[in-house]
Amino acid sequence: MQRLRKILESYQGKREDIIPVLQDIQKEYGYLPENALKELSKYTGVSEGQIYGIATFYAQFRFKPKGGKHVIVCTGTACHVKGSDQIIDTIQRHLKIKEGDTTPDHEYSLEAVGCIGCCSLAPCIMINEKVISKIKPRQIKRLLPQKS
Amino acid sequence: MNFEELVQEAKKEYYSIFQGELPAILIGSATCGISAGANEITKVIEDEITRENIEARIIPVGCIGSCYAEPIIGIFKGKKEGVLYGPVNKNLAKKIIKENIMEDKTVKENILGTIHVNEAGTGGSFFESDFMRLQSRQILRRCGLINPEDINHYLATGGYTGLLKALEMGADEIINTIKKSGLRGRGGAGFPTWLKWNLCRQSNSQEKYIICNADEGDPGAFMNRSLLEGDPHSVLEGILIGAHTIKAKKAYIYCRAEYPAALKKLKKAMKDLEKIGLLNTEIVIKKGAGAFVCGEETALMASIEGRRGMPRTRPPFPTTKGLWGKPTVINNVETFAAISLIFQEGVEQFSSMGTESSKGTKTFSLVGDIKRTGLIEVPLGTTLKEVIFDIGGGIKNGENLKAVQIGGPSGGCLPASMIDTEIDYDSLTSAGAIMGSGGLVVLSDNSCMVEIARYFLEFTQRESCGKCVPCRLGTQQMLLILNDIVQGNGNPEDIETLHEVAETVKAASLCGLGQTAPNPVLTTLKYFMEEYVEHIMDKRCPAAYCRELMHYFIDKERCTGCMACLKACPNNAIVGVENEPHFIDQVKCLKCGSCMDVCREGAILKVPGPG
Repeated sequence: MQRLRKILESYQGKREDIIPVLQDIQKEYGYLPENALKELSKYTGVSEGQIYGIATFYAQFRFKPKGGKHVIVCTGTACHVKGSDQIIDTIQRHLKIKEGDTTPDHEYSLEAVGCIGCCSLAPCIMINEKVISKIKPRQIKRLLPQKS
Repeated sequence: MNFEELVQEAKKEYYSIFQGELPAILIGSATCGISAGANEITKVIEDEITRENIEARIIPVGCIGSCYAEPIIGIFKGKKEGVLYGPVNKNLAKKIIKENIMEDKTVKENILGTIHVNEAGTGGSFFESDFMRLQSRQILRRCGLINPEDINHYLATGGYTGLLKALEMGADEIINTIKKSGLRGRGGAGFPTWLKWNLCRQSNSQEKYIICNADEGDPGAFMNRSLLEGDPHSVLEGILIGAHTIKAKKAYIYCRAEYPAALKKLKKAMKDLEKIGLLNTEIVIKKGAGAFVCGEETALMASIEGRRGMPRTRPPFPTTKGLWGKPTVINNVETFAAISLIFQEGVEQFSSMGTESSKGTKTFSLVGDIKRTGLIEVPLGTTLKEVIFDIGGGIKNGENLKAVQIGGPSGGCLPASMIDTEIDYDSLTSAGAIMGSGGLVVLSDNSCMVEIARYFLEFTQRESCGKCVPCRLGTQQMLLILNDIVQGNGNPEDIETLHEVAETVKAASLCGLGQTAPNPVLTTLKYFMEEYVEHIMDKRCPAAYCRELMHYFIDKERCTGCMACLKACPNNAIVGVENEPHFIDQVKCLKCGSCMDVCREGAILKVPGPG
């Protein structure tokens, strides 16, 4: 809770601060915990319902914790044309989770995003902010090793 | 120090890189360079110069545009022309350090060309290469040649002289200058910039705002990212000129959160600008939160205000009622950079390029099935053919051009027969596409046009904010129909229904997202009707792309029976023994393409029609 206090106190609690605060909370916790949103509502005086309205509108926000390695697959046009569908399929099969989920051991989470802007090196994925370009399905096993 | 002295100092420092005694190594370190391995190469080079005890300067620069050749490094030694290498792997990097820097010999591998940089400008064989020859780098003239995090590099190359000129002019003179330049908004719609600024300036309000739209959400486009990462000051300068003109109280930059490197460089640039005393308007950076619709101006403003990013009806336009209900100018990143260019280099230079109705240059991200991908800048009026075949080097792997997708989800697909179309606002609109912000995706024979339309519809349907009915329901209905068609469940009457829904969504939607969402469907229906018919009537995908309407097949003549595909198949769908041709069990096949990926003989083929 102290971490949350610190985030809230760095803002004035105005309505325009809601999105930046949500971003900071997600950066700190990896997702938006229910309690944090309650506190944010108290701090800003904006109802919880409206805060959920904002948080669910924007694709960036998640309500489930991320895995230790957060895998983002780019599905931008260039990546799509070069087979990002097959990349997602391969990862889903390999990690045995669906897009948007986290593995039971919290090792990996998988997300598909619009475009990460590396179109000239398509298809790409991002593992914890590191971009891996011109990826092929057969590289997945090596890139995402599993414990057992 | 006054400005003159600052510039003199900056020039001394900057140009010494290219003429000095110390060897200089420029490394393309924008997001594209880093994803291709620029950080690893930098590490190798640093280790190598420490080990060999060489004194050299390593300068991280932005993207020079040749993304296909990343990672790119430039070596400048003594008074000779610099050499640009790419792609550079670890071994080549070591070799370059040893031979080019220590022994003064040019390495003859992967040379992109030579470059010289001095006060008179830039030149060298790189700019004469096929990729660069038809380009005219104006907006991007510094990208890849300056360190974006060093304000001195910007000052040395004419930076902020435009702002100083503008500060001495009255608002009328500034607006007349922009009017004379013929600049139209680079965000896609092409609204005359002078008119927008003038409308805002004339409105009676003590409180006005200026916003830079850096919410580049079109999949397949990265021009704004490259510009912000390679030359952030040029955008800031344009914003400050605008703020001065309309007397804005505050400026906002609304940038995608997915661009961390661009955000970092902007922040650094603002700090440096404050240090030299030129930051005369407060600039606030707002991070987007991943909603495509926020690229629409009224939705973007709602998002800055801390609300759901939903558009509202216009009029009133932002120039009368914008952010917090106050008059607001909102322009794209590239428009602001064009403003700095006009004020630094003069109106004549800008308006000497382009066509009668579309002046200047435009940047495009050239991607897809093309030999040379990258960030390009061409004078408006250049034909698609010149861009694809001369600059881009034509289609990869000897395949044929099928179409070019221009303008992202709001744009359209133009067929190969229309590549003589000139790239300007009006020609593209009359062809059914739009200029958009500048994504150019080149599609070969291997692309299925129905699937491309479905892909964009899936995108707009997901990103539709849901406020108005035509867009919310219309995009969904179109997507359902297209999903049916690519899965082989299409009906003959689907084509008419698609047409009808598309026209309704186009006519009745509230904002630009909905009004342009049907464009990919309408253009593919117009130019590629036969593909729709084949999917619906014959249940086959002629490009062998749609999974349900194609199958994989092993060519017996080519298969050597090496068992590579057999081991790679995740579902044991491939049967066969060593040294004898294998077979694919079509019932078990997941159509994942793993086999094709590992086959060294090219024996695995994609065939139209279900197996």
